[in-house]
Amino acid sequence: MDGSTINARGFEDARTGEQKIRNFNINFGPQHPAAHGVLRLVLELDGEIVERCDPHIGLLHRGTEKLMESRTYLQNLPYLDRLDYVAPMNQEHAWCLAIEKLTGTEVPRRAQLIRVLYCEIGRILSHLLNVTTQAMDVGALTPPLWGFEEREKLMIFYERASGGRLHAAYFRPGGVHQDLPPELIDDIETWSREFPSVLDDIDGLLTENRIFKQRNVDIGVVSQDEAQEWGFSGVMVRGSGMAWDLRRAQPYECYDEFDFQIAVGKNGDCYDRYLVRMAEMRESIKIIQQACEKLRNEPGDVLARGKITPPKRGDMKTSMEALIHHFKLYTEGFHVPAGETYAAVEAPKGEFGVYLVADGSNKPYRAKLRAPGYLHLQAMDHVTKGHQLADVAAIIGTMDIVFGEVDR
Amino acid sequence: MSEALNDLGAHLESKRPDCVIGWEVAFGELTVTVSPEAIPGFVELLKTDPTCRFTTLVDITAVDYPGREKRFDVVYHFLSMWQNQRIRIRAELREDEMVPSIIELHPSANWFEREMFDMFGILFSGHPDLRRILTDYGFRGHPLRKDFPTTGYTEVRFDEVQKRVVYEPVKLVQEYRQFDFMSPWEGAQYVLPGDDKAGDAGAKG
Repeated sequence: MDGSTINARGFEDARTGEQKIRNFNINFGPQHPAAHGVLRLVLELDGEIVERCDPHIGLLHRGTEKLMESRTYLQNLPYLDRLDYVAPMNQEHAWCLAIEKLTGTEVPRRAQLIRVLYCEIGRILSHLLNVTTQAMDVGALTPPLWGFEEREKLMIFYERASGGRLHAAYFRPGGVHQDLPPELIDDIETWSREFPSVLDDIDGLLTENRIFKQRNVDIGVVSQDEAQEWGFSGVMVRGSGMAWDLRRAQPYECYDEFDFQIAVGKNGDCYDRYLVRMAEMRESIKIIQQACEKLRNEPGDVLARGKITPPKRGDMKTSMEALIHHFKLYTEGFHVPAGETYAAVEAPKGEFGVYLVADGSNKPYRAKLRAPGYLHLQAMDHVTKGHQLADVAAIIGTMDIVFGEVDR
Repeated sequence: MSEALNDLGAHLESKRPDCVIGWEVAFGELTVTVSPEAIPGFVELLKTDPTCRFTTLVDITAVDYPGREKRFDVVYHFLSMWQNQRIRIRAELREDEMVPSIIELHPSANWFEREMFDMFGILFSGHPDLRRILTDYGFRGHPLRKDFPTTGYTEVRFDEVQKRVVYEPVKLVQEYRQFDFMSPWEGAQYVLPGDDKAGDAGAKG
């Protein structure tokens, strides 16, 4: 094919210049701002059309699952923050749910409400980052500036609850670490009243923006069958018209008490996924407001007191047993009865699951973290085939890939 | 919920008695044990049977039990958005055995199978592109096996003299410490100092 072989006739046909053009391979990343982290794509291009896309991942692999096998259940909790570092508490939630399932722990109601509240804050954190940076990938500079200001406010709410802006380690097996002060609940509610106007501003910048639409409408279309075949979850299936949300379909915590809608797209393209994310943020606001209201009327403990949670600080000053318990809990850790379970939550990016195999000791025998982004990125080759090079950036953006969770 | 799972387990067993070795419902989750060579046929049944329709592959992973003759557990998770149910399939596997790939049925199995090859060294027959995925280019060993040390065998650094990244054997200032906080009162089988004499005394007296 390359001109060196000579056919049976002993001479070559004349070639035009066009026939000699060969496909062009380029490296996209690992240090590319539109790759949303350390993604290396090997792209085979025919002119500007993508013919093949081979993602090379693992550049941020930290061996989380291996490390988890040699640490206690409580020491492992902060590792979960570092997976999808855009919405850390949603990951912790899955870990706590898995442990609570195996130990049969009942979480107090106030702790459940706090978890719901912070999960929704995490969802807004993630969607804000995704919507605005995806807009930046396709050429808009202002949305990230506006979006990040709101993210900053939300991270301060994280900090006021847990002390950490990103890596919170706030959800604990059996509840949450500490109670929220009443002023914080008031401030969150005040913020939730102001935030929709910021969303309207971003809406006004993007939704009917000609360039934004040209770059996103009919790009990266995923049909319902494809979404099933490739194991998509979260916004990637909802954008394609399936009303599948674990908060509604397999409710965990107390999501079944809340009144919210599930946003669904129609065409399964990048633009619909953008619209779904915007609508989901508005629904999250509703949940936050309901949770604040419920929290005010729901005083009580935020940890299920027992073997897997620390004793109250006051008890430790007076009770010898409480002091021993505290010491043993933070050195040896608690034991989880032997068994295996899979606990999944609707993280902002899709279904985040923890498959936990316990052997009755104080460390997990095996913990597998199932990240939604892993499956989404896997379908890159399938989705980008036939698109232009510039659309690759738009599609990566809309798949909402964060390398912390893909590479683990 | 668990009644529906019991029905499903019984249904699957009656449909494919040749595949299903056993099933159980624990913590509200159904686990079906099958033999490795039966996996593709069983997964196809799960996908197409109108009472199952497990069309979404959630996860494939493995668990290493070095003490067992059949060393690995290969674990599949499926989700049916139609029936709103989940199922777990487990197959025990010897170290020298291969698992048939299910890429034909679920294209999303591709990376999961690559990851298992990378992490556990499990081979999938019929996989078109069984490369390493998460570890470094040219990595050796399978990190999630229990006999692989957490520290690994090599470390990398940029060498100023050679002006390139070099690989060296791991040098630790002190041995990697695995703290053992297990309580001798619950669970751990320690022989406490002095306790060994108690047995002797009992034998004598």
